[in-house]
Amino acid sequence: MYVSPIREPLIKGGKDYSQVTKDIMAPMAGKPSIYWYVGIAISGGALLFGAWATFVTVYYGIGSWGLNKTVGWAWDITNFVWWVGIGHAGTFISAILLLFRQKWRTSINRSAEAMTLIAIACAGFFPLIHMGRIALGFFIFPYPNTRELWVNFNSPLLWDVFALTTYFLVSLIFWYVGLIPDIGTVRDKAKNKIRKAIYGFLSFGWTGSAKHWSRHETVSLILAGLAAPLVLSVHTIVSFDFATSVIPGWHTTIFPPYFVSGAVFSGFAMVLTLLIVTRKALNLEQYITKVHIESMTKIIILTGSIVGIAYITEFFMAWYSGVEYEQYAFMNRAFGPYAWAYWIMMTCNVITPQLFWFKKIRTNLVAVFIISIFVNIGMWFERFVIIVTSLHRDYLPSSWTMYTPTVAEVGLYVGTFGLFFTLFMVFIRVFPVIAIAEVKSVLKSSSDEKKHTHHE
Amino acid sequence: MNKYLTAYYLDEEDLLKGLKKIKSKGVEVADVLTPFPVHGLDKVLGLRRSRLSIIAFAGGAIGATLGFLFQAWVFTRAYPINFGGKPYFAVPSFMPVTFELAVLFAAFSMVFAFLISNNLGPGSKNIIHDEQITDDRFLLVVKMDEEDDEKVKAVEIILSDAGAQGITLKA
Repeated sequence: MYVSPIREPLIKGGKDYSQVTKDIMAPMAGKPSIYWYVGIAISGGALLFGAWATFVTVYYGIGSWGLNKTVGWAWDITNFVWWVGIGHAGTFISAILLLFRQKWRTSINRSAEAMTLIAIACAGFFPLIHMGRIALGFFIFPYPNTRELWVNFNSPLLWDVFALTTYFLVSLIFWYVGLIPDIGTVRDKAKNKIRKAIYGFLSFGWTGSAKHWSRHETVSLILAGLAAPLVLSVHTIVSFDFATSVIPGWHTTIFPPYFVSGAVFSGFAMVLTLLIVTRKALNLEQYITKVHIESMTKIIILTGSIVGIAYITEFFMAWYSGVEYEQYAFMNRAFGPYAWAYWIMMTCNVITPQLFWFKKIRTNLVAVFIISIFVNIGMWFERFVIIVTSLHRDYLPSSWTMYTPTVAEVGLYVGTFGLFFTLFMVFIRVFPVIAIAEVKSVLKSSSDEKKHTHHE
Repeated sequence: MNKYLTAYYLDEEDLLKGLKKIKSKGVEVADVLTPFPVHGLDKVLGLRRSRLSIIAFAGGAIGATLGFLFQAWVFTRAYPINFGGKPYFAVPSFMPVTFELAVLFAAFSMVFAFLISNNLGPGSKNIIHDEQITDDRFLLVVKMDEEDDEKVKAVEIILSDAGAQGITLKA
């Protein structure tokens, strides 16, 4: 097999197959480290804050938020869109990079997909809680009822229900189908009986038969083919929530591609933030190498630049359209009372990611970590700017107002962080963080050892 | 009673070479168990391409059809409501839900077909021939129908000639 001399190996350390199994399963074995307990305590605290905020919201109603009659949507939908966007990187890595035969995905797809599932759960929480009567949340589904009423299939909010439900379920089975062989490994390595029984049940009786593998590969490929357009459709539909409304700053056709690339942009930033810490904490530096980090920063440059162009295009189109309301909405964004939010967004999304053009910065983990957090912040502000600045000064100047979040709203957002990190830390203890079988399948063609034997 | 002969390799390239040798001697290999998908194995074993894609397509077609017809039925027959003068039979706005249901049905029908055809599922009791096959062993299984010791011996020799290790007879 020809191995390009320019390409760096994906897995370092000249490992053999059983070493790979051992290394990847190491974080699941024994007692968790002190850092794990500290982490779970902090995220558990955030989760409790969120639980309190949820109680306040359900008990007192939406009045406990900072919304008013002009700004009827703010932090809740900002957080919703932000979390959905974060989820997109997982599907992008597992589906689109699979279709493009990018082998470096094998080290990061498992944890990124887990991140997707958790992020969708965090996202779904916001529309549910904004309904006010959370117990009636099932009203969003079309089910036969005594009122003989159905849902409104013309509404993008209803499309969201279908898109997110499908996205969650398909991501879940995609993730689980990939996990089955690895759960088989955990089962076969388990020493105590209860553990063996639990993982035996979860492994669905995986045997590793050649026929099963051949079908497994077909299923993975087709699921990737299904998930790729699905992930594009999800954020397209999320952008329709705004684009189909006749509100200056929202009613534009650029939204679907702009939102999708923004989603991938923020998602990769979150994957970087998480994995730079995870690889260090779990001693997986030889599996998630600088090559992986660099590849992800390159995707951030691409998507970040698309987002930057979209911002400029929006401005241009506002001027070119000749519509004074549209023009005002954009001038108000950049120079109005929320200009600070706009310029945070511009700095974090358009300027800082461009630093990744320099190889020195791409390979400096501290710099990558900091910039990835900047992107996370910038993308949150992007949604905040789009939503709040478009609403707070509407057609009637007498209704113009400002919006400030209450403690309850902050609590809900912090609470989803708590949920996210708690579940992620549970995940790293329960399942292998890296797809063991997939790493083994690329080990030979891209490991250190193979390279040496080829060159010497 | 069905008996099995199992033997393993520690490298997929040795496995492929060995398998070709074993097959050329006329030994029927019932199954090969590997820690990851080995490319070229389907060809050596003569496995057919999976037809799960057909099920995915059929599932997707059913999902799309049901989704579209349901929306059309709701808006034109069951309870037509005038939403801001939009048409009742609003094909473009039925598309998102139609698409999502197509994907949902395709994915689920295919994954269920995958599990059923492999006899995988919660509580499935498949035989685990060797606990090392999910780690670093590439195990092959040869079925021995009769209790003919001579034949077993002969196959054992073929296997060890082909470089396989740990040849064991299991009931």
